[in-house]
Amino acid sequence: MNGAPLLWLIPALPLAAVLINLLLGDRLGRRGAGWLACGAVGLSFAWSVLSVLRLAALPEAQRAVVESVYTWMRVGDLSVDVSFLLDPLSAVMILVVTGVGFLIHVYSTGYMSHEPDVRRFFLYLNLFMFAMLTLVLADNFLLMFVGWEGVGLCSYLLIGFWYERPAAAAAGKKAFIVNRIGDFGFLLGMFTLFAWTGTLQFQRMFEVAPQLFPAGGIVITVATLLLFLGATGKSAQLPLYVWLPDAMEGPTPVSALIHAATMVTAGVYMVARTHVLFQLAPVSLEVVAWVGAATALFAATIGLAQNDIKRVLAYSTVSQLGYMFMACGVGAFTAGIFHLMTHAFFKALLFLGAGSVIHAMSGEQDMRRMGGLAARLPWTHGAMLMATLAIAGIPPFAGFFSKDEILASAFFSGHPAIWVMGLAGAVLTAFYMFRLYLLTFRGRPRLTHEAEHHLHESPPAMIVPLFVLAVLSVLGGLVGPPLQEGGHPFARWLAPVFASGAHEGGHAAAHEIPVATEWMLIGLSVLVAAAGIAFAFRAYLWSPETATRLRERLSGVHRALLNKYWVDELYEWTVVRPVYHTAQAFWRFWDTKVVDGIVNGVGVTLEGVSAVLRLFQTGFVGTYALLFTLGVVALLLHFLRP
Amino acid sequence: MIPLSWLLLLSAVLFCIGVVGVLVRRNAIVIFMSIELMLNASNLAFVAFSRHLNSLDGQVFVFFVMTVAAAEVAVGLAIIVNLFRLRETVFVDEINLLKG
Repeated sequence: MNGAPLLWLIPALPLAAVLINLLLGDRLGRRGAGWLACGAVGLSFAWSVLSVLRLAALPEAQRAVVESVYTWMRVGDLSVDVSFLLDPLSAVMILVVTGVGFLIHVYSTGYMSHEPDVRRFFLYLNLFMFAMLTLVLADNFLLMFVGWEGVGLCSYLLIGFWYERPAAAAAGKKAFIVNRIGDFGFLLGMFTLFAWTGTLQFQRMFEVAPQLFPAGGIVITVATLLLFLGATGKSAQLPLYVWLPDAMEGPTPVSALIHAATMVTAGVYMVARTHVLFQLAPVSLEVVAWVGAATALFAATIGLAQNDIKRVLAYSTVSQLGYMFMACGVGAFTAGIFHLMTHAFFKALLFLGAGSVIHAMSGEQDMRRMGGLAARLPWTHGAMLMATLAIAGIPPFAGFFSKDEILASAFFSGHPAIWVMGLAGAVLTAFYMFRLYLLTFRGRPRLTHEAEHHLHESPPAMIVPLFVLAVLSVLGGLVGPPLQEGGHPFARWLAPVFASGAHEGGHAAAHEIPVATEWMLIGLSVLVAAAGIAFAFRAYLWSPETATRLRERLSGVHRALLNKYWVDELYEWTVVRPVYHTAQAFWRFWDTKVVDGIVNGVGVTLEGVSAVLRLFQTGFVGTYALLFTLGVVALLLHFLRP
Repeated sequence: MIPLSWLLLLSAVLFCIGVVGVLVRRNAIVIFMSIELMLNASNLAFVAFSRHLNSLDGQVFVFFVMTVAAAEVAVGLAIIVNLFRLRETVFVDEINLLKG
């Protein structure tokens, strides 16, 4: 790369917008705030594209540009630079983050147009972009952690954006606290790795790790499991997924940007970034794969019964993130990142489409009071249909390619059980997504009078991003078609990153298997997706009584799904309440008795001592004069002693 | 010629009377007079040594002491006058606001 790569500009541009927004305050105006935010992220996107093009111009072996901005701290052996790493993996991430982020910023100018405090919204949104770009560009663990915490903070601020709503404030706190549990694991994993390798810099650590850690050793297994705990918090996997559905209390563009396209994929990115370490710990990889598969299936079942349009999408996000971890766990990191990218397109589109519906319905989110919106919202309907087909896994839409690659990798890497779980999840995904689509856009309108009266298609600022994302959802998968000799273009692009590890299990193995088997798998996954869709049509369009009958026959199951398996209640009783009551007990005893006791004890002691000392202060001049005289006499006797 | 020891004895007796006066009397003005007595006792000692040593230094000190005493009387009497205006008493055992 000729000249300075100036990678720092990519996160710095949104940060500059934050500072300008803070400095100018309300003088910026409502439109100004929107323009500033979109402009900064747009410029950041343009610079990302330029940087990636320059990266692509380099020979394959040199595609890892490190730019050190300054030394952050140097303490003994520890030296941390603020430095950025651009390689094919972070290149994919910055393009997705800035590209999808820019579209969502533009969309927000329309969606938030009725919002009084739009300046604060864009402030948080830009701050989030800064933190997220720092996270993906960081070339050491500590800087990554800064971004990691930054996105967590912005997530909290944006979920609780409507802070005067108690549910939103509570959801923000829940997201933050659950994430803290994961961050605790991330920190401990980072400390462990530093203690053994003596560096936090990714490339140096990956160089020394294979010599330091025997494959499958206890230290590396513990360290990677701790890192994965961090990932389960950030990426909403079992058992820490509970915050994501509640995070839907935030404005819909936030759900699209943070809780679908970018932040929640940080865990997947982190596992992919540290794949060298994970490959040294086969047990950890197994755990990743199983947690991913279990989450994919578990969240999909909950998604079946939810009635809030955004909650269905939230559980769908949890489920799709499970697929990404499933891919990483079976060693197919390329497939995981591929799904991360396509998911960013179609899930952002689904959320923005849902936002457009909610906007049109004057805030209604319950799908039972929608229906038949296709004719009234033609653009939104078209975009949503594309995204729904993409997530359901119908070729040639984007989701098909990435999901199929994940399933194939699971199958060929010798995890048939995980493959079956993935396939079952795919059926459920197709079903619940078409349930959402049919309940919202087709069938008989079930709108309230008021909603019907206000019903309107969204403004262009919202429709244009939908359109762009729809195109990406349709075509985005074509960078990675299956059955390519030597890997598809997307895999070849990422090859320099993932080839540096021991060897990529899923993909290398994929070439030893017969083509016929792969065709069969593709056929099977299309078939199950089609079956899921067909069943959704039957249950929700052609003969609606099927759904009712099914619900009655399986009322126990339905109640369990509707109540999300009572996991929130379980956590309430096993974690929240014990912690709360322990804290209460500590407060009652330790705080009020011991801590306050020490403080008050100091005062009481002083009072007691001074009560005695006070007796010397008689207030009589005579006493003072006598003491004075006695003092002088004593001194005289002392000095005049012969 | 009066021996030095007599003069010093007289000075010591006067000083002790002053000390006892300060300690036992209640009236602020009498206490004040007792302090003057102590100062003049020391003046007497200075003059006695001056004569004994044939040096004028002691007499110079006396002038300084008298100046200080005059200044002190001016300030002290002003305080006592104000005290009397405020509290209508000059008895020091009735002036005990600083009692702890």
